[in-house]
Amino acid sequence: MAQQPNTRRSLAWREAMAGYAFIVPWIIGFLVFTVGPMLSSLYFSFTDYNIIDAPRWVGLANYARVFQGVPEYLMSGDPRQLKDPIFWKSLQVTLYFAAMSLPLILVFSFSLAVLLNQKIFGLRIWRSIYFLPSIISGVAVTLLWMRILNPRMGILNTFLRDVVGVNSPPGWLQDPNCAVPALVIMGMWGVGGSMIIYLAGLQGIPTDLYDAAKVDGANAWQSFWNVTFPMMTPVLFYNVVLGLITTFQYFTEVYVATGGAGGPQRATMFYNLYLYQNAFRYFDMGYASTMAWILFIIVLSLTGLIFRSSEAWVYYEGQLRGR
Amino acid sequence: VTKMRTTTMFRRLRESMRAIEMALAGITTLILAAGAVIIMIPLAFMISTSLKDPGQIRSDGNTLIPRTPLTVAINGKDAPLYEVQRPDGVVQMAMIKKAPGGMANFVDPAQPDTVVLLPLAEQTALYQLEIHWGNYVEAVQAMPFFQYLGNTLIVTFVGMIGMLFSSSLVAYGFSRFRARWLDVLFLLLLSTIMLPSQVRLIPLYVFFQNLGWVNTLLPLIVPQFFANAYDVFLLRQFIMTIPLEMDDAARIDGANPLQILLYIILPQARPALVSVAIFHFLYAWNDFYEPLIFLHTRDKWTLAVGLQTFDALYTINTHLIMAVSLLMILPPIILFFLAQRIFTQGVVFSGVKG
Repeated sequence: MAQQPNTRRSLAWREAMAGYAFIVPWIIGFLVFTVGPMLSSLYFSFTDYNIIDAPRWVGLANYARVFQGVPEYLMSGDPRQLKDPIFWKSLQVTLYFAAMSLPLILVFSFSLAVLLNQKIFGLRIWRSIYFLPSIISGVAVTLLWMRILNPRMGILNTFLRDVVGVNSPPGWLQDPNCAVPALVIMGMWGVGGSMIIYLAGLQGIPTDLYDAAKVDGANAWQSFWNVTFPMMTPVLFYNVVLGLITTFQYFTEVYVATGGAGGPQRATMFYNLYLYQNAFRYFDMGYASTMAWILFIIVLSLTGLIFRSSEAWVYYEGQLRGR
Repeated sequence: VTKMRTTTMFRRLRESMRAIEMALAGITTLILAAGAVIIMIPLAFMISTSLKDPGQIRSDGNTLIPRTPLTVAINGKDAPLYEVQRPDGVVQMAMIKKAPGGMANFVDPAQPDTVVLLPLAEQTALYQLEIHWGNYVEAVQAMPFFQYLGNTLIVTFVGMIGMLFSSSLVAYGFSRFRARWLDVLFLLLLSTIMLPSQVRLIPLYVFFQNLGWVNTLLPLIVPQFFANAYDVFLLRQFIMTIPLEMDDAARIDGANPLQILLYIILPQARPALVSVAIFHFLYAWNDFYEPLIFLHTRDKWTLAVGLQTFDALYTINTHLIMAVSLLMILPPIILFFLAQRIFTQGVVFSGVKG
């Protein structure tokens, strides 16, 4: 009789131990490949470190390099006031790209998903065609687009010259003013990736909601704004968060397109590219770690910001909302 | 009378609504078709360029058909053939010499001595289809292609085995056991999805260098054996849908947790395992950032790094670069057509891996 609770406890204990045992691979990996390196990079961010010599403690010097001169810059707008103008340039380039690319991709992929959710002819073929480019991202695709965007011989400018009739079409990747838009155009080719996410979301909307709307006398437009759109906001929200985070880690395309230089005239010096250059070109590992931590804090606060603001406009089914 | 009129009005309204709906569906299809053509142009351009003669890329690089000017031997020299407008109709003539003022000298191949002076721009050059399959042979010989391919395959598939092995163990642990800290640990695991990889990359580089692993494939492979948040999450979500009764039945038969995983859970979770394997393939096959950082010499490079470097050195060889690029995107495309349903259903989480 006295043994029973003991057995029960040992059963629960054995279950818990088995559970922990199964997740051991992740725990080891988490400690070795995540927690350890994160703490080390936090430490490196306060040091001068070039891999060959031992890290030398410099306190806040790396952070000062980023932020010194910022108030003067904000007053005068003169980038020479900044200790590291390239850092701020890289932040500006990244945000510029995000501000252009994210809304465009959102609008295009969401409209595509809505169109591809209708009962129309050849639906599966259309879906496949639009989705295909998004699975072949990376180096090969960038090499292709570099040729399409070639100012003199590229197919895009030939089209603009001969069909549209533009006299001097943009220099795209070779023009500091058009390089970021060129990368945005290139990214638009992969619009099918987010389209398929929206499509999955659209298909998850229960049909009885549409039936109810129809009974209430809603037309197609009304049922879109009152059923589809509110039901889709969680997915929209998820994609916005993700898109922002991805932009701060944008690398492969710009590295390939500019040979790792971020040119012309640093017009495509994305944040992650500058971080890479500091770490693996100049072996300024301390400063690169500082940039990594600033990136981490930016991503964290952006995510937090959107999570918090989402309460106002993200609608989850089953959640009651007063009018 | 009023009632009659209302009914007809309603009928007419319904008919016109249906007409509008049909028209809308038609317009939608048209828009989609136009967009699909635009989406496919870059791919068509890539295929055709990879099959072109470099001379054609320089002269008429934007023609989608790989072709070469049709020529005819005139007095022992090859001259391009044109379709020429003559008083007695359209005839084929060879252009033997350009003349000032946009003019050119043409001759009839049958009578090479009678020269006619005609404006060049008004005549149409004749071409014949010429597909250079040899570009592919040349391209894979111009770089250590098979070495790159071998490295890519090792990284992709050994990593995939490690990922499947570790992630299914961990996903099983997170989905079938009750323990006080498991929920907290699972949240911790999920939070690493948002973690930018840069924040741990530099110490990892130092760590791997101290181990002597830099410029080997190990930094790309070994971490896969310790599970990752995306794949664990995806597998766990799927395992949660497998009824617990099956575990209980096996347990009554005397199976231990590992046996339950092997004989009950994994066979049932096959669709999810296939999905994560495919996503891992795409990720590892296309990955550029980490191979670029960890692999320094040519013999260790993966296709992504090798191809980028080849472009940096021989960027004018567009035909070869497009040929190798096409070879590189072919496996993902084939995989896409083989497993379309997985892509269009389970893809929700694929975009976040990286």
